[in-house]
Amino acid sequence: MRNAFEKQLSELHTKLIEMGSFCEEAIKLSSQALAIDTITLGNVSLLKAKIEQMEREIESLCLKLLLLQQPVAGDLRQISAALKMITDMERIGDQADDIAEIIGYLIHRNERDCSLIVEMAGFTITMVSESIDAFIKQDTILAQKVIDDDDKVDEAFLKVKQALIAMIAKNPDNGGYALDLLMIAKHYERIGDNAVNIASWVVFSVTGVHKGETEL
Amino acid sequence: MKQEPIIRCRKLSLWYSKTQALKDITIDFYPNSVNALIGPSGCGKSTFIKTLNRLNDLISEVRTEGEVFYRNTEIRDPGLDVTDLRKEIGMVFQKPNPFPMSIYDNIAYGPRTHGIRNRSELDDIVENALKSAALWDETSDRLRKSAMGLSGGQQQRLCIARAIAVQPQVLLMDEPTSALDPISTAKIEELLSVLKEKFTIIIVTHNMQQAMRSSDTTSFFLLGELVESGNTEQVFSHPHDKRTEDYITGRFG
Repeated sequence: MRNAFEKQLSELHTKLIEMGSFCEEAIKLSSQALAIDTITLGNVSLLKAKIEQMEREIESLCLKLLLLQQPVAGDLRQISAALKMITDMERIGDQADDIAEIIGYLIHRNERDCSLIVEMAGFTITMVSESIDAFIKQDTILAQKVIDDDDKVDEAFLKVKQALIAMIAKNPDNGGYALDLLMIAKHYERIGDNAVNIASWVVFSVTGVHKGETEL
Repeated sequence: MKQEPIIRCRKLSLWYSKTQALKDITIDFYPNSVNALIGPSGCGKSTFIKTLNRLNDLISEVRTEGEVFYRNTEIRDPGLDVTDLRKEIGMVFQKPNPFPMSIYDNIAYGPRTHGIRNRSELDDIVENALKSAALWDETSDRLRKSAMGLSGGQQQRLCIARAIAVQPQVLLMDEPTSALDPISTAKIEELLSVLKEKFTIIIVTHNMQQAMRSSDTTSFFLLGELVESGNTEQVFSHPHDKRTEDYITGRFG
């Protein structure tokens, strides 16, 4: 029954997975650039463009399904969660691109120590991957783990901030560099928030309960 | 909803001869609410509302068990005056069924049956009933004309006006808009939200969007069982029972 609708729902699912994998790739590329000098930065903005394109495609697919199929219950939750998730995914793509742009300024600097941020980036990459995994498997336990892991990223951000304050205190000439690094850290911290949002939409899609709300 | 239910049903079962059509239905309906009953054809929802004003009496070999209370009255009580019951619990059917008489007499029929003869009192009742059913503006200049000349949508609103002319407490509606066009349907749905200020409405519908748009609670019937009943938003956003989900998302069967 409703075969055409089922097919479109599974198309939506596939597109979301694809968009999610672009997000993972974008943030991985920007993080690699952070750790090692690299010329792959340009690819991040290509991915960003792809992600934006997919956002528009998925958005119009969702609106079409809402209009023509008038979904309810689990179907409605899946489609409305998708509509919300793509906004966060698009933000992830954007921020990965912003990070890449800042790294572009730093690349000619002789001595750079990004080890703290690399650790932070590692946490957020895991969160993004797991939030997308949670979506694919409709796994609320994994989604909850992502939501809880946000604390790790927040702690890492504070550590980076402290270290950068110390760096500036030691040599005020490093001020501009430190601020660039702080911006990067802030972007990662936000990406963590985006992953949390995606994870909480996965929970909503499966259970019908959105974070902070009680069951109807 | 802390009020007392106006209809309280406990473990109601019904058999047509040897076929069981309702199985242990337990449900409450509260005053001033619109309650939608949904489910595939033959699931027992029409049988259920017919039980509420004893229309099943007309069918031979019907047997019921359990309790159905309208306030403190046991509806199943064989000693109950069915005409009195139907004054309290009125019914609107799927197909508009005006009597072959004037618009005025259609509405006045019920009150006359209940002994109201005074002309000006009847005039008031007719006017109020037609106004409540959002039909007054369209008919005030042709009250003496035959009701059969009204359009389908107008006829159905006339039937609603006729049902509320005797000032019932509960209004049962068995797919009241399935024979109507979208505009007439919209008018009747709009009417439901106004009517619930005075009455309790129980409406059988095959139109899921109608249940969503116009009801406060939704109950899903399947094969004579009440599978799930709850706040309409909850039932349509995340039903608790897999069978409800399958039915409302069109994956049933």
